[in-house]
Amino acid sequence: MHNKSVAELSRELESGKISSVELTREFLDRIKAEDKQYNSFIAVTEDQAMADAKAADEQRAAGNASVWTGVPFAHKDIFCTKGVATTAGSKMLANFVPPYDSTVTANFRAAGAVCLGKTNMDEFAMGSSNESSFFGPVTNPWGLSAGEKRVPGGSSGGSAAAIAARLVPAATATDTGGSIRQPAALCGITGLKPTYGRVSRYGIIAFASSLDQGGTMARTAEDNALMLNVMAGFDPKDSTSVDRAVPDYTATLNEPLKGLRVGLPKEYFSDQLSPAMEQQIRNAVKEYEKLGATVKEVSLPHAKLAIAAYYVIAPAEASANLSRFDGVRYGYRCENPQDLNDLYTRTRAEGFGDEVKRRILVGTYALSAGYFDAYYLKAQKVRRLIQQDFINAFKEVDVLMSPVSPSPAFVQGANTNDPVTMYLEDIFTIAVNLAGVPAMSVPAGFVDGLPVGLQIIGNYFDEARLLNAAHQFQQVTDWHQKLPQ
Amino acid sequence: MQWDIVIGLEIHVQLATKTKIFSGSSTAFGAEPNTQASAVDLAMPGTLPVPNEQAFRYAVMFGLAVNAEIGRRSVFDRKNYFYPDLPKGYQTTQLDHPIVGPGFVDIDLADGSSKRVRIHHAHLEEDAGKSLHEDFHGMTGIDLNRAGTPLIEIVTEPDMNSAEEAVAFAKKLHSLVSSIGICDGDMSQGSLRFDVNISLKPKGSDELGTRTETKNLNSFRFMEQAIAHEVERQMDILEDGGRIIQETRLYNGERDESRSMRSKEEANDYRYFPCPDLLPVVIDDGFIESARDLLPELPDERKARFMEQYGLNDYDARLLSDDARISAFFEEAVGHGKDAKLAANWVLGEFSARLNAEDKTVVQAPITGSQLGELVARIADNTVSSSGAKKVFETLWKGDADNADAIIEAQGLKQVSDTGALEQMVDEVLAGMPDQVAQYQQEADPKKQKKMLGGFMGPLMKASKGQGNPKLFNEILLKKLNN
Repeated sequence: MHNKSVAELSRELESGKISSVELTREFLDRIKAEDKQYNSFIAVTEDQAMADAKAADEQRAAGNASVWTGVPFAHKDIFCTKGVATTAGSKMLANFVPPYDSTVTANFRAAGAVCLGKTNMDEFAMGSSNESSFFGPVTNPWGLSAGEKRVPGGSSGGSAAAIAARLVPAATATDTGGSIRQPAALCGITGLKPTYGRVSRYGIIAFASSLDQGGTMARTAEDNALMLNVMAGFDPKDSTSVDRAVPDYTATLNEPLKGLRVGLPKEYFSDQLSPAMEQQIRNAVKEYEKLGATVKEVSLPHAKLAIAAYYVIAPAEASANLSRFDGVRYGYRCENPQDLNDLYTRTRAEGFGDEVKRRILVGTYALSAGYFDAYYLKAQKVRRLIQQDFINAFKEVDVLMSPVSPSPAFVQGANTNDPVTMYLEDIFTIAVNLAGVPAMSVPAGFVDGLPVGLQIIGNYFDEARLLNAAHQFQQVTDWHQKLPQ
Repeated sequence: MQWDIVIGLEIHVQLATKTKIFSGSSTAFGAEPNTQASAVDLAMPGTLPVPNEQAFRYAVMFGLAVNAEIGRRSVFDRKNYFYPDLPKGYQTTQLDHPIVGPGFVDIDLADGSSKRVRIHHAHLEEDAGKSLHEDFHGMTGIDLNRAGTPLIEIVTEPDMNSAEEAVAFAKKLHSLVSSIGICDGDMSQGSLRFDVNISLKPKGSDELGTRTETKNLNSFRFMEQAIAHEVERQMDILEDGGRIIQETRLYNGERDESRSMRSKEEANDYRYFPCPDLLPVVIDDGFIESARDLLPELPDERKARFMEQYGLNDYDARLLSDDARISAFFEEAVGHGKDAKLAANWVLGEFSARLNAEDKTVVQAPITGSQLGELVARIADNTVSSSGAKKVFETLWKGDADNADAIIEAQGLKQVSDTGALEQMVDEVLAGMPDQVAQYQQEADPKKQKKMLGGFMGPLMKASKGQGNPKLFNEILLKKLNN
C-alpha cells in the first residue's frame, strides 16, 4: 500500500479494501522502522493519528467521506498545529505548542486527512540542504545505497525525503526561494509552489512574508492537485491571500497539451548548469514536443539579479519577522537573565542557529539608516523588473521550463562552510518567488543515479495548467515512479 | 535677550473602535491583565494582522474634520525596536503614506483673535501594551490588553508660539475628536496623549532652534506646566551661552521637573520598511463620502450657522459652538425663547457663570434649555424685567419651581406695561418732586440730565411696587420732563 498514490489510496479506502486505521498503522510502522536513517520527521503524532484514522473510518462508513478522508499524510513543521508542538526546526520553538491551527492544517483536518506527524526542515525555512535544523540533518533516500549521505534539499527536506522514502504519500511544504521545488527535485518527487496569495499563510511561521507560500508535495501531479484542492482559497485571516475562485485542479489534468506554448529562458540554460543536467531537461522538453507542445527560447533579462535581490529582501523581512522570538511570551528563554538586555541577547544567541543569525544580521544591515536605499529599495526595484520579465514572457508562451537546481543532491557537509555556494542552489527558483508566479518541480530523469527535476513555471493563478502539463508528462514517463534502493 | 517660543505637537488619539486595529480582541479599558490579548496580539508565530475597517473610517472622519487631504493609498510600515510590551518586536505604523495628509485647525485665543495651526499629517498605528513595574518584586509584568488598540498619531507643524496656544489647540482637538465620536476623550485612561516639541529662537529669527520633545502629557494642566518648565529650562541654558541638546524628556507633573530620557545619539534606528503582511489600503471616494455622512456638525460649521441663522456675533457664536452640549442647550433655549441674542446672553452670562461657580458641566445643570428659553421669552415680551428675571432664574436653579410663568405669577414679578397706568404714576411722582423737576429742566449738560433721571426712577419703582416696566417709565419720564 505504501507505494500507492493518494488518489489510489483514496480509492482503496472507498472500495473498503483497507481501512484508514490499517493504512495509518502501516505508514506509522514504516516511519518507526525506516526514519532513523532519514530523520525526516521531527515528531510523529501516533496517538492522534490513530484516533483520527478511527474517526475517518467512521465518517466513511457514515457515507460522508471526502477524497482525503482517512488518507495519511504529514505537515512540514512550519504549519502551526493546534495542541501539537510546532518548531520551525528551531531550538527557539522546540517547546512551542500553538493554541491554534494554521488555515492549511485546519483545511486538511476538515477534509478528514490523517496527519502522521511534523516533518523536519531547515531552521525557520532558511536553507537549501536541511542541514540547519536544530533536530539534525535530513538524509536523502537517494544515494544511500551507494553509501553516501546526501542532502534532500531544503528547506522542505523532511517532507520531500519522507515522500521519496514512502513514509507518507504526501506532505505539505512551503517555498520562499525554492524550498518546495529544490527538495522535490533532489528527492525525485513532484512539488508545487502556488501563486503568492493562493494559499493562506495564516499559521505558517513566517520567514519572508512577501515571498512565503504554502504548497504541495507528493509523488504525482494528480496528488498535488488533490492537495491544492484542499489548500487553495481566500482566507480572511490573511490579508495577502487573494479572493479568487478556486477551480477543481483535478478537472483539467487530462486536457491534451497540443498547442501548449513552452518557453525556455535562455538565462536558465547557462554554464552554471552541468551538461548532464541540461541533457535531462532537454530530453524532458522533447517529450513535451511529442505531446504537441511548441517550444521557443525566451529571455528573462534580469534573472541574474534575482539572487542578489532575494538575499536583501528575504533577510530584511526575516529580521523583523523573527524579532518576536525574544524570550518574553513563549518559546526558548535563556537561564537566569540578569536584565532585559541580557534576556534578549542570550535568548536569541542561544535559541537561533548560525544560518538564522546570519540572515537576521544581513537583513538588519540592509534596513539600517544609510543603507536602506542602496539595499532594500534597490532590491525592490530589481524585484519589479523581474516581475515584468515574467509578465513579458507570458505574453509569448503559456509555461516556462527550466532545471530546478544546477546540480543533483550533494553530499552532506559539502557546502556548509560556503553560504554563497549554498545560496546559488536556488539560482533557478528564486526569481519565481520574487515575481509571485506558480511553479512546479517534476521528476525528469537521473544524473549519476540521482534525480533531476524539471521546473515548470506558470502565469499568475495558472496552477491548473501546470498540473495538467505535469500530469500529462507523467502519463508518458515513469521518472516519478522510480524508487530509491 | 528676547526669545520666540516654537511649539509643535504630536498627539496620540485612541480610536473608539470596539476591536483592535489588527485583531478581533476587545479594546475595552480596565479588564484583568492579558484577558483581551489574542494569539495575534501576543504575536504568536504564524499569526497575521487583519485591518479593522472601522479604524480607517474613524481616521478618515478625523481627516475630513481637520480639512485634510485623505491618503488614497494608505501603506503600513514596520517600526522595529525591542521592548517587552511590544510583542512583535516592531510597531505597525505608517511612515510615508499616512491616511491623513496636510490639514489645519483654527484655534481661538483669549484676546479674541484666532490662529491657524497646520496639521502635517495623521497616521494610523497600533498601541503597545503596558509594562507594570510595581508589584512584581523587581521583575516587570506585561499587560497586553492595550496592545493593538488603534491610534491615530496627529503631527502638527510648529505653528504654536506659547503654552496658551498649545493648550488651546489641544483642547480644540480634544473637543473635536470627542464630538465626532472617534475617541472617548478620557484623558485619565490615556485616550489622548500629548508629546510637545519645543524650541526657542532669538526674537524675529527665521532659523528654528534645536528642539526637545517632552513625552506623554495626559492633562492640559500638565501640558501647560511642562511647556512653561521647558521654555524656562531652555532659556536658562541659552542665556548662559549653552546649547540645547536634541533629546526626549520626561516631565513629572507632581514635582514640576523633567529629566532626559534619551538623546538623539541614543535614539533607535527604527529600520522602517513596508509591512509585507498588509497590502496598501486604497481609500476610494465612496468610502470617504460614507465617512463624511457620519460626521456630525463640526464646531466651526456650527459657529458659522449660529452667526447666519441667529445673527450672533463672532465671539458669542464661537463660545456657543465649541462644545456640542452647550450648543444643544442654547438651541433648545432659542426654540422656546425666540430672541436668540437674548438667549445667547443668558446662556453665556448668568447660566455659564452659575455652572462655573458650582463647577458643573452643562449636563449637570439643574435647569433645561427649554426652561431657560421660557424665561427668555418672558423677558423679550416685557412680562418680566431683567432684575425680576434674575429672581426667576434663581428659583429655577434651586429647583423650587420648574416653570418661569408660574414663578413670575407666584412672586408677583409681572411688569406693569399699561402706559395709561404708568403715566398716571409718573404724573403723581413728578408732582411730588417739583424742585428736582425744575433742576432737571434747567440743566444744560445732557450727561448730567441723564444722571438726574435716575433720581426719579427710585420713587417710580416704589410707587409701582417694583412692577413698573422700567423701559416704559423711562420713555414717559423723558416725554414729560422735556415738555
